Amino acid sequence: MKKRKLVMVGNGMAGCRTLEELMKLAPELYEITVFGAEPHPNYNRILLSPVLAGEAQFSDIVLNDWDWYRNHGITLYAGKKVVKLDRKAQEVVAEDGTRASYDRLLLATGALPIRLPIPGNELPGVIAYRDIADTEAMIAASKSHQQAVVIGGGLLGLEAAHGLALRGMEVTVVHLADWIMERQLDKTAADLLQKSLEKKGLKFLLGKETERLEAGAHGRVGLVRFKDGGAIPAELVVMAIGIRPNIELAKSAGLHCNRGIVVDDTLQTYDPKIYAVGECVEHRGVTYGLVAPLFEQAKVCANHLAQLGIGRYTGSVTSTKLKVTGIDVFSAGEFQGGAGTEEIVLSDPAAGVYKKLVLRDQRLAGAVLYGDTADGAWYFELIKDGQDIHAIRDHLMFGPHHLGDAGHAGKSHAAALPDSAEICGCNGVKKGDIVRAIKTHGLFTLEEVRKHTKASSSCGSCTGLVEQILASTVGGAYQPAETKEKPVCGCTELSHGAVRQAIREQKLLSIPAVMQALGWKTPNGCATCRPALNYYLISTWPHEAEDDPQSRFINERAHANIQKDGTFSVVPRMWGGLTTPAELRAIADVAEKYQVPTVKMTGGARIDLLGIPKEKLPAVWADLGRAGLVSGHAYGKSIRTVKTCVGAEHCRFGTQKSMAMGVKLEKMLFGMWAPHKVKLAVSGCPRNCAEAGIKDVGVIGVDSGYELYVAGNGGIKTEIAQFLCKVRSDEEVKEYTGAFLQLYREEGFYLERTCHFVARVGLDYVKAQVVEDAARRKALYERLLYALQGYEDPWAQAVKNRSPEYVALEVA
Amino acid sequence: MSEWKAVCALEEIPRLGSRVVKTPQGEIALFRTAEDEVFALRDKCPHKGGPLSQGLVAGKVVTCPLHAWKIQFENGEAVAPDKGCAKPYPTKVEGGRVWIAI
Ligand code: SRM
Ligand SMILES: Cc1cc2nc3c(=O)[nH]c(=O)nc-3n(C[C@H](O)[C@H](O)[C@H](O)COP(=O)(O)OP(=O)(O)OC[C@H]3O[C@@H](n4cnc5c(N)ncnc54)[C@H](O)[C@@H]3O)c2cc1C
Ligand code: SF4
Ligand code: FES
Repeated sequence: MKKRKLVMVGNGMAGCRTLEELMKLAPELYEITVFGAEPHPNYNRILLSPVLAGEAQFSDIVLNDWDWYRNHGITLYAGKKVVKLDRKAQEVVAEDGTRASYDRLLLATGALPIRLPIPGNELPGVIAYRDIADTEAMIAASKSHQQAVVIGGGLLGLEAAHGLALRGMEVTVVHLADWIMERQLDKTAADLLQKSLEKKGLKFLLGKETERLEAGAHGRVGLVRFKDGGAIPAELVVMAIGIRPNIELAKSAGLHCNRGIVVDDTLQTYDPKIYAVGECVEHRGVTYGLVAPLFEQAKVCANHLAQLGIGRYTGSVTSTKLKVTGIDVFSAGEFQGGAGTEEIVLSDPAAGVYKKLVLRDQRLAGAVLYGDTADGAWYFELIKDGQDIHAIRDHLMFGPHHLGDAGHAGKSHAAALPDSAEICGCNGVKKGDIVRAIKTHGLFTLEEVRKHTKASSSCGSCTGLVEQILASTVGGAYQPAETKEKPVCGCTELSHGAVRQAIREQKLLSIPAVMQALGWKTPNGCATCRPALNYYLISTWPHEAEDDPQSRFINERAHANIQKDGTFSVVPRMWGGLTTPAELRAIADVAEKYQVPTVKMTGGARIDLLGIPKEKLPAVWADLGRAGLVSGHAYGKSIRTVKTCVGAEHCRFGTQKSMAMGVKLEKMLFGMWAPHKVKLAVSGCPRNCAEAGIKDVGVIGVDSGYELYVAGNGGIKTEIAQFLCKVRSDEEVKEYTGAFLQLYREEGFYLERTCHFVARVGLDYVKAQVVEDAARRKALYERLLYALQGYEDPWAQAVKNRSPEYVALEVA
Repeated sequence: MSEWKAVCALEEIPRLGSRVVKTPQGEIALFRTAEDEVFALRDKCPHKGGPLSQGLVAGKVVTCPLHAWKIQFENGEAVAPDKGCAKPYPTKVEGGRVWIAI
């Protein structure tokens, strides 16, 4: 088949990101030609400020080098500006006469800096700040001149001023409004910022309107004169007063434009053959000047160019971060407040900290942070997700406590950490490694950092820190993961929620059926989506859907936990933590007979036999099975342990028989698969010796019955279980516990522990289903019991079936 | 010099699954794809020696069970950005039997 022709005009950040996304989806569909006015391959425009400040070189900020275009078969005309677009002939023409015809055209022409329309604005020494050529001109000027004036105290102006000051110039920032960054900060935060910039040597003239620029010696700019009559000397004037979408070409071809080129939710212009992305675009009346929204546009646009037709761009909430080393400012959303909003403010000017949170209808609508921006990424997610925050309102200001002290680095903020600080304890990744990867590979998302550095890809406890490093390295361009809508993995665009819903509504019963019905992009999925799909199938359609062993992680396929040397561990179940001399003898015999190298008490109060080769597992299990021992599921996303204390059976304080209750619960839940592992504990009185306060379900005996707690977690990030309700009888403990766990099994996303599930849906929702609605509770409980019916011990099955899984083949 | 050796029937390897083969050259992982192609790799992940035979198979790639590196069947190379190689061995399927050259 002959390839279709795609031409892109504008070789910048939004355009190239679209091509990258397109390459992932349909690498063979088009023959691609790119025109770029700048004589460079695509570079990271937002890192021009570090180049100006002398913290990076141009070569450090190239995102797609020449080889990238070559390797993807893309023809790049760098340094050729397109001057004509002929929509009838479907052709573009560059300044030097180079032509290219298209089946699809992608306009990504970015924006142009606005020049003040005042006399003298074209004098030598007057520069805008947009590209590498401007940056180099400023660096050159700083070498031979002393006095610089930056007109515009917004993000760009301040970064320019700071860079020039670092290059040794005397810099004055002239700003029309009464405080700097008035579009991103309120006055209090701006004043704090101004003070710290003044400490770094910058001067400010606020509320000043420039009237004209006057020439000095050699015809170069020499003086900036204001409307109020005053004037200051200037040998370099940088205009940073804003940008306007670059729509010249589109307009000349008669394409519908307002402020920007008008596009719909698929990034298509009024000419169906022409798409547009980036700063040149106007979508639902909004134009953008930060990369995060442009990347979202790129993703959707690529999908439509690839003719998949999935996904719509519906607009973005943006956040801002100033990239001036040593100063932390963050703002997002409706930070100004106003009618219908409430504000929570923390102000400690002496310590240089100011934080303002703006709430609207129990939701976070905006935030301004100065001095301590560690929680910025978290607030930004709350704003984007529109999550109901009334339950956490009183500690909202103090951030998610895991963010500050995530990882193993204490509560220091990522930006202040030295490059040698270890961020990811699991993979031994240092801050410097992460920053380097972000800069050299042009990374913008947590996923990308995970892929390149492995940081945060194992236990995830350092995720908060990695996000902070991302945010402080790439500024506002950082794209927090959209927790709600995130696709399951690269094999699909669909989220966990959407997949679950489809499995239920279309009654899908096998993994191939799901992949076919939902248009999976890969033939067999991957190690991320297959286990999730398998779980969704068996939990939605118990006894009907196929359980596919090849889609389970090795531990669940082999029913034992793999160790670093490839051997396995065996943990027999000890119901409620109870055991007998006969069981202990059987375990001791097995340990001797099979020369088990390590025998250990687990943190779950049972015995672990570690270091058993796979081939020997069935024999070990057969021996244990004869003594009545069954699988402890210490390897699965499943019920794990029910810890108990001695309780009323023996303890002088016990109010309820916690051991008996624990055994009942564990027997009821035997063989229960779940989105993640599930741990319970039962204590006989509020002294709580079984540590029920950090379990997925914690049961605490009191004189009149039991208190039930849910969604605790003792792992990566300790979460205290929340009070669900009080019940009277053992039977009720089973029913409420079962109903809660079934709700989690039906609505939790794969690898979401109960604490994350409840944080997502809200404890009120859980109570409404499990506590307040008796009919719903009973139905949930019955569905759980139905799913668990007839479950057979997997160890006994493996022994009985002589499963070949455990047998090695041999050749001589 | 390598030599062709018969190992097992194709059916003895689960689809999208694998088996371990003990050989004089050490353990080799045999994989079977959804299309019934068979591939063989040294059963040691280039990362930290994880047993690739215990991984999850998708397409022509296995995900190592220990730290989730992805290793490609055709050349044994890790999928970028990871770098490393597990030695691939030639295989063939004839008359329903799987052969491996070692
Ligand atoms: C064996 C044991 C350690 C020990 O020697 O004591 C253990 C061993 C492992 N834990 Fe654990 N955990 C063990 C008790 C715990 C406990 C304590 C408890 O169960 O009371 C916790 C904290 C409580 C909790 O989960 O809320 C615990 C929190 C974790 C976590 C963090 C979970 C989280 O949601 O934050 C992981 C990582 C994960 O699951 O993703 C983990 C993962 C692991 C894995 C499975 C890592 C892996 O994937 O290989 C380890 C398997 C080693 C092996 O081969 O056996 N283990 N782990 C304990 C087995 C208990 C049992 O009898 O089943
Ligand atoms: C100094 C600086 C710092 C910034 N800091 C941040 C930040 O911290 N966070 C953030 O989110 N954003 C920041 N931005 C904004 C960000 O860089 C832009 O939002 C982003 O680059 C826009 O991407 P784009 O592809 O739309 O436009 P561009 O990246 O500008 O690309 C457009 C390209 O098209 C070319 N072009 C235009 N017309 C034609 C034509 N007719 N023919 C051929 N080529 C043409 C242009 O030369 C240009 O190379 C910063 C910008 C600057 C200048
Ligand atoms: S047993 Fe648990 S805490 Fe110990 S090293 Fe393994 S995962 Fe970490
Ligand atoms: S040993 Fe294979 S990924 Fe680490």
